[in-house]
Amino acid sequence: MHTLIRQLLKFCLLMLAVSLVVFFLVSVSPIDPVQANVGQAAYVTMSEEKRVQLELYWGVDAPFWERYVNWLGALLQGDMGTSLRFNAPVAEVIAQRAGNSLVLMGIAWAISGVLGFVLGVVAAAFRGRWPDKIIRAYAYLLASTPTFWLALIALMVFSVWLGWFPFGFSVPIGMAASDITVADLAHHLVLPAATLSLLGVANIALHTREKACDVLESSYVKFARTRGEGGFTLIRRHVLRNVALPALSLQFASISEIFGGSVLVEQVFSYPGLGQAAVTAGLGGDVALLAGIALVSAALVFGGNACANVLYAVIDPRMRTKKQAKGVFHVDDTEAGAHA
Amino acid sequence: MNNLQEGAQKDITLHENLQHVSTQMHHHHTHTSDSMHTDGHHLLQVEHLSISFERYASQGSFFASEREQVHSARDLSVSVHAGEILAVVGASGSGKTLLADSILGLFEPNATVRGRIWFDGKPQTAETLAQLRGHGISLVPQSVNYLDPLMRVGNQVQGWCSSAANRAERERKQQELFKRYGLDLSVANLYPHELSGGMARRVLLCCALMDNPKLIIADEPTPGMSLDLAVRAMDDFRFFADAGGGVMLITHDVELALRVADRVAVFKDGTVVEETAADNFSSEETLQHPFSKALWRAVHAWDKGGESHA
Repeated sequence: MHTLIRQLLKFCLLMLAVSLVVFFLVSVSPIDPVQANVGQAAYVTMSEEKRVQLELYWGVDAPFWERYVNWLGALLQGDMGTSLRFNAPVAEVIAQRAGNSLVLMGIAWAISGVLGFVLGVVAAAFRGRWPDKIIRAYAYLLASTPTFWLALIALMVFSVWLGWFPFGFSVPIGMAASDITVADLAHHLVLPAATLSLLGVANIALHTREKACDVLESSYVKFARTRGEGGFTLIRRHVLRNVALPALSLQFASISEIFGGSVLVEQVFSYPGLGQAAVTAGLGGDVALLAGIALVSAALVFGGNACANVLYAVIDPRMRTKKQAKGVFHVDDTEAGAHA
Repeated sequence: MNNLQEGAQKDITLHENLQHVSTQMHHHHTHTSDSMHTDGHHLLQVEHLSISFERYASQGSFFASEREQVHSARDLSVSVHAGEILAVVGASGSGKTLLADSILGLFEPNATVRGRIWFDGKPQTAETLAQLRGHGISLVPQSVNYLDPLMRVGNQVQGWCSSAANRAERERKQQELFKRYGLDLSVANLYPHELSGGMARRVLLCCALMDNPKLIIADEPTPGMSLDLAVRAMDDFRFFADAGGGVMLITHDVELALRVADRVAVFKDGTVVEETAADNFSSEETLQHPFSKALWRAVHAWDKGGESHA
């Protein structure tokens, strides 16, 4: 109970800090929201009254703390504000886009986690030999590849040259919403999801490999070897178990990376998700939407880490017993009384 | 690169019925009455073992670095008889554990190992030594760190087995061992971090005994224990040796070795300088090597100082 309250407090502080930073950054941003949103030509020909009216609408002159306090007050009453850019409530914009993004990120997260874990363990089991060399070469290559560049290459090869997948968006262009099938959605999802997973795999495979190598060099694996264990049995009995825990926390920590990657991938594939909306909001000075997305993503990452902590406590026997009362074990512990 | 050279098996003289006394010397060592030459040979015989590691020399550029050989053990000979505890005594870090690893066939990839090892009368290669792990030779490691932290103790003592019938049999044996060594059956459900020092020591011994070994290699099995406690902990090994097994006790503690071992191999700079009956440590004159004599003087100076170890 005590820890729950502490976690809640931490969460609130995190949300406060994130939103404060967003508002501060927008206030020091050189972008003039009026100019950015009406377009260069309209801005020049605009009448003075119209401009003042728009500046009032975008709150250009209001000091940042005043806007922040107003926004925070509304948020505490459950109102996330209005996205000026999309001319709709922030909650609505986020809800609409979160669906797309969560599917994309969820798939990438699952694939990169499973594939990365398997590759990492295989590399460690064969360390120094050719499967390890191939996996490591692949992982280093991808880990040093910029996300947007890989996305562009994927787009060039599979959309332009081969024509297997669409160029972008989450649905076919010019099709009525009622006609769109799951197959259409999946077809549009393949390239962005594949790009995002490929990048995640590299990181997780390398980290898993390191952990698995540590386990393979541990005293308890050495002892298991002296008892005649080896090969796949050894991996299954000792390595998988002991690598699973760090892999789990790594997997949940990677949510933030997947989120960061999704911003770039969604941008390149014109995929209408949270990442793309964040870019639009940032460039358009739409502070309410930007703050909303920042809060949602921070909450997601926080939730992921909290999940990892909870799972750790459930899975790791060393964490579990800490919580139980001390003195559960009253087993005879004297040196005497060996063989009866 | 494990060049465990197979030597021609030596002509073994049958002297099973010979009465050995402490001062009698043969095969580079002296005996005690406990030392048995079952079937006319030593349980374990290591001859002229040399271990060296190849590494890059520290001088030279990164790309054109020379390789050099570092010798960790040279011309090491030692024997363990059935029915005895042989203590291998030497300073920490002098390479005693490497000897244990070699007997268990655990070689680093960059190691070159030469020499001959016989087990139970048969010459061994790296491959056959690996097969003997858990099937004749068992290790008793020094601490609970040698147990998988995420696996229940009972499961670890039972070890791996392929079939369900086998599993039941091993579980029965594990319970029998726990009873014999005064471990509550509920200990099987604990995780290693929940074991006390004394429980951990007995669990590690049970791991080794589970596999019915002929030879136990105990690598510093009594860390952090007072001498009296350590001597009592060694009762279990005495029991095993008296039942016809052989124990190689690797330790840096000379006093412990002299109290519990039948014979002592003095280890220095990667080789055994003297292998002699523990009784020969009763006076300086019966010891041969200067280093053994120095050890003798160190132990006796300690006693005269009147300080208690416990």
